[in-house]
Amino acid sequence: MSIESSTAEPLSFEPDEYGHFGPYGGTYVSETLIHALDELKEAYFRWRSDDEFMARFDSDLANYVGRPSPLYFAKRLTEVAGGARILLKREDLNHTGAHKINNTVGQALLAHHMGKTRIIAETGAGQHGVASATVAARLGKSCVVYMGEVDIHRQAINVFRMKLLGAEVRPVTSGSQTLKDALNEAMRDWVTNIDDTFYIIGTVAGPHPYPVMVRDFNAVVGREARKQMLKQYEALPDVLVACVGGGSNAMGLFHPFIADDDVRMIGVEAAGKGLHTKHHAASLCAGRPGVLHGCRTYLMDDDSGQIEHTHSVSAGLDYPGVGPEHAWLKDTGRAEYVGVTDDEAMEAFHQLTRLEGILPALESSHAVAYGMRLAAEMRPDQTVLINLSGRGDKDVQTVAELEGITL
Amino acid sequence: MKNRIDSRFEALAAAGRTALIPFVTAGDPDPAWTVSVLHALVDSGADVLELGVPFSDPSADGPVIQAASERAISRGVNLRRVLEYVREFRRKDSETPVVLMGYLNPIERYGYADFAQDAAGSGVDGILMVDCPPEEMENLRGDLDDHGIFPICLVAPTTTEARMDAIAAQARGYLYYVSFKGITGANRLEESSLVDPVRILRSHSKLPLAVGFGIKSPESASAVAGLADGVVIGSALIAALEGADSEQDACARAANFLAPIREAMDNSHS
Repeated sequence: MSIESSTAEPLSFEPDEYGHFGPYGGTYVSETLIHALDELKEAYFRWRSDDEFMARFDSDLANYVGRPSPLYFAKRLTEVAGGARILLKREDLNHTGAHKINNTVGQALLAHHMGKTRIIAETGAGQHGVASATVAARLGKSCVVYMGEVDIHRQAINVFRMKLLGAEVRPVTSGSQTLKDALNEAMRDWVTNIDDTFYIIGTVAGPHPYPVMVRDFNAVVGREARKQMLKQYEALPDVLVACVGGGSNAMGLFHPFIADDDVRMIGVEAAGKGLHTKHHAASLCAGRPGVLHGCRTYLMDDDSGQIEHTHSVSAGLDYPGVGPEHAWLKDTGRAEYVGVTDDEAMEAFHQLTRLEGILPALESSHAVAYGMRLAAEMRPDQTVLINLSGRGDKDVQTVAELEGITL
Repeated sequence: MKNRIDSRFEALAAAGRTALIPFVTAGDPDPAWTVSVLHALVDSGADVLELGVPFSDPSADGPVIQAASERAISRGVNLRRVLEYVREFRRKDSETPVVLMGYLNPIERYGYADFAQDAAGSGVDGILMVDCPPEEMENLRGDLDDHGIFPICLVAPTTTEARMDAIAAQARGYLYYVSFKGITGANRLEESSLVDPVRILRSHSKLPLAVGFGIKSPESASAVAGLADGVVIGSALIAALEGADSEQDACARAANFLAPIREAMDNSHS
């Protein structure tokens, strides 16, 4: 099994030197963090073009993560949808169960090269926390994961996994006690322990260079998918579909296809109880540009500029902002963004489980729901490629509770 | 019209005094008391007022200011209301400079041009947006300049000398030196660690230099006053106001907290 080199093609759609994608992105942080971000930028852009570093990254992805992940034809799902062929990019089969590990392997390697001994991370669903704790354990570094108190309750299994891996999980009780507050707390830790600490951000948001770095480390998903399409089907897909919370799995899939103008790219946000209600997390569909967590992007706030509490059945999508490159892809029209409700995602969760024997994460179930709906309107000779960004083992408790089942 | 911040620092320099700069979160502990508390602070020796604009996600602040922000937001305090407090404050005090401190998103939502106009009309003299470094200030800067509002800039222990020049070129009024790597209210300040950074910073900028973060007591304020042109005190003051049961009580607490600090600072010069 060979793995494509991560340095094979030049990266397009690069931001400017301060990390601006059009009017979005940038470096909106307090002065104390600027120097740390400059160091990180310098290190990242140096190591990104270092053959030995990238060979080590590729080797870790192959031998530790288990890449490449398969591109799977979901035959029965396709039949039920009744239209275009549905393919699933199986990121759920990665070590630790989601695409999140791609990025943490890359950032941990960077932390190691920068001589940082302590890892911190924020997490919502717990997948990024687990992935961070995993790479910290492997490199023998101490690890603190910040997690909202609300998320700690709904993702108890992942909390225990992180503890088994030797990480300390610190509950965050401020604000809405979810992902955004965990991010605030991680930034407070970073500014306090800036000399020895590497902050592994789990999504394509935050200050420059995080959006571009996290995208690059996840772009292996899109590079593989593109290559697999050409090899297995001798064509590119007609549509890419991926769920968007912060947007790292979607950005990883989309990025290598950006120059392929005929490939539609659709990001699926959490519409929660409906976009017409206040209970959703769809910042691109229903938000507006503002500044949060180090970057300018679409976000959900009230008329005073206070960040709103969001809602989604999936903790990983329950975030009021989104990566700035998505904001730019939206405004430029290169990608489209839609919403899928809790109920629709739950239905897709069950359909994929029963039809294909694949238990998807609730986050990924949003993409499955929209992919099926879209496929139904398309021709059988067309292809919808859905990023199955994670597996649903962590969500069984949530699903049981929602359906009134006591385990 | 000359900015009040410049006038105030010139007068202080002439008198050989160090500026005492208390920070309070607007609307905390009670929105109805904020203006009276500001007057009480001035009566007890404040030279410049920093008024915190509450924000839902204060990622550079410690628990004390986080909690104060949450309380204020829950009582309906927003940027528009904060400007009203300043306008009311100006009815009795036309000289003490007022600097709004907070995060950028409330100003984004208000609109840069509208904000600059309304802030100037209310009597605001400067703004310090924690999450808006000089690199990102270009668009806002034009609107602030149009209305004579000063951008107050932070300098941190991690700021390189090259960057100090870039910041000094943008900053107006005074520079705010963050005394340690950390969040507001943390207990990490060692006054002796300020000697070198203050000396270096002064070689890069002629602006008055205020020091903040971690100054809690008359003793530490007095030690910092020997080095800097201004001393900022926030979290400890907010903690002192917490639990006040009336406007009178809040004003008394503010005065009782600040007066000994003023006295200690003035004695450090004698």
